[in-house]
Amino acid sequence: MKNLEDLKKQIREALPELDVVIGWTDSFDPLHATPHFIRREEDIDKLKVDALCVHNLATYLPSLKGKKVGIVVKGCDSRSVVELLQENLIKREDVTIFGFGCDGVVDQTKIRRIIGDVGNVEACTLDDKEIKVTASGTEHKLALDEVLSDKCKTCRYPNAVLSDQFAGEEIKATASFEDGYKDVEEFEAKSTEEKFSYWLGEMDRCIRCYACRNACPMCVCRDHCVAQSRDPHWLSQEAHVRDKWMFQVIHAYHLAGRCTECGECQRACPVDIPILLFKKKFNKEIKDVFDYEAGLDPEATPPLQTFKIDEAKIKERDW
Amino acid sequence: MAQVKFIKQDNVSAWLEEMGQKHEVLAPRFEGDSIIFRPYDAKKGFFIEREATAPPKKAIFPQSEILLKFSHIKDLENPEKVALDVKENIPTSSWVVFGGRPCDARGFTMFDRVYLNGKHVDAYYKARRENTFFITLACEKGESTCFCNWVGSGPSDPSGSDVLMVPVEGGFFLEAVSDRGEGLLDSSLLEDGGSKQAEADKVRAEAEQTLGEAQDLSKAPKKLLEAFDDMGHWEEMAAKCISCGACTYLCPTCYCFNVTDESDGVSGTRIRSWDNCMSSMFTMEASGHNPRPTKAHRLKNRVGHKFSYYPDLHDGVISCCGCGRCIKSCPVGVDIRQLVLSAIAYEAKEAAND
Repeated sequence: MKNLEDLKKQIREALPELDVVIGWTDSFDPLHATPHFIRREEDIDKLKVDALCVHNLATYLPSLKGKKVGIVVKGCDSRSVVELLQENLIKREDVTIFGFGCDGVVDQTKIRRIIGDVGNVEACTLDDKEIKVTASGTEHKLALDEVLSDKCKTCRYPNAVLSDQFAGEEIKATASFEDGYKDVEEFEAKSTEEKFSYWLGEMDRCIRCYACRNACPMCVCRDHCVAQSRDPHWLSQEAHVRDKWMFQVIHAYHLAGRCTECGECQRACPVDIPILLFKKKFNKEIKDVFDYEAGLDPEATPPLQTFKIDEAKIKERDW
Repeated sequence: MAQVKFIKQDNVSAWLEEMGQKHEVLAPRFEGDSIIFRPYDAKKGFFIEREATAPPKKAIFPQSEILLKFSHIKDLENPEKVALDVKENIPTSSWVVFGGRPCDARGFTMFDRVYLNGKHVDAYYKARRENTFFITLACEKGESTCFCNWVGSGPSDPSGSDVLMVPVEGGFFLEAVSDRGEGLLDSSLLEDGGSKQAEADKVRAEAEQTLGEAQDLSKAPKKLLEAFDDMGHWEEMAAKCISCGACTYLCPTCYCFNVTDESDGVSGTRIRSWDNCMSSMFTMEASGHNPRPTKAHRLKNRVGHKFSYYPDLHDGVISCCGCGRCIKSCPVGVDIRQLVLSAIAYEAKEAAND
């Protein structure tokens, strides 16, 4: 990040009034970053902001209720903060938002797909166009465009949509809404049988760890999730693909009109199941029916949390 | 002297098919972008170039397994009288797990102490354990997340395995490392391996050198107990943890389970399925009290169990095989090595117990 020092300065000034500021720092190898909880002055020096900083830190906010929290956000992350505010899950006065213009983050799965063995990454350098990864003694030059997350390639909100401090210049977005849903349209074009067998195949390897749920900033039931409730025993604990799939459907329904498409569910999945597609499908429908996108306006009410007597696209009176 | 053999790379598939006539063979292969153990299918092949995304834990400890089947039988003459028919469901097959790594096979030795060698023998575990054979591939090099050498193991550790494979020019050197392993090497597809011994020994020796320096964990059991009451310490350690079960379910040594009755009308099954100590429900008591109410309590337990409580009960053996999956697959990069080292470096603060 070009303006990292500006951001550090902003955090340094705000830290005395805050319990913690959440950002990112280096992780177990040069190809990864990890969430970083800044509590002391010296922690600020370890702050890192670049294309490896994939995590949506808004996920941590509801659990820090009552604390004064600073949070560093990419554009997509800021939408989750907005959504949490809309739903009164966090208080505006408790949160200090450090925004910046994001150039996109990498998809580790794509990097793995190209390099293969990323078990021994010795070095990683990034610039505007390229990521250079040295793994097991071999240098790989990957065009950033090839390894950026899909969500970044069609991003319309690269700048924090809400912030108290903004570091650096704003970035101009060029993608349209439609650009972001070509994958959904492609999938929709398949036959029902094809779609169904695709999901049965993908979901079968789910280990039911619920990383998708716990990484999701909008999955706020946390310890009271239907997936594990004992009484009532909503979902069977069998390792059957039917139950694994059922949970994803529940997750997607609960996120309809709330999901900000940060993609954390899919990124967190340890067995690479492409579950973001479910959520995108719902967002596409929500946009179509309610002309609404989640996490843009702190004053708006998500469409499924309210009702209008007359909905423009729901013709129930003509039944 | 243990039996040693050699198999040409091109013959491995045929060997798996041959074993498939006697046993169910599990081998890792790509599924989407992950490497998962599946029943071997010649059409889909196998992939053993690197550690699988998920270990072969399910071979002996399935993600869910039916313990028994039950049905309620109504007496038509006397509707109040309901008989319960229960059938236990002990597995009877035999399995070969091909292409796991030494850490994967060694993980079951931690299970054994709990499910086989303790006061109670788990009949389901025993039935699978005794009929599952491990043909394990020694690692040529460690990954940056590997730390098997910290926990008393190494890249070609034979413990828990029956046959150890070492990659050599043109194929694999095979060594029976258990009595049961000898039988597996009785195949016409295998050649005598004596001439490959020196090469295999060299590969093994070089692999040892690729791992970083082992840390001394001997103080971990005591120090983890010392830090037990300092929740401030654990809250800091667990700050980024999202309390999901990825670490646990990908762990070759995590052996906890849940038991539920899955009924459908008058009949159903009692199953046991993986459970994990990162889940709030894991310790939820019937009264509604939860002794581990936060993720900090839960992460403390995960580390404490592996590096302190288990070793205290089991001759100092650490219940971690150092495979590193919990580190590399953690969505937020929690590093168990750091948690243990921080505990070892822990100095009690005054009034820490709040």
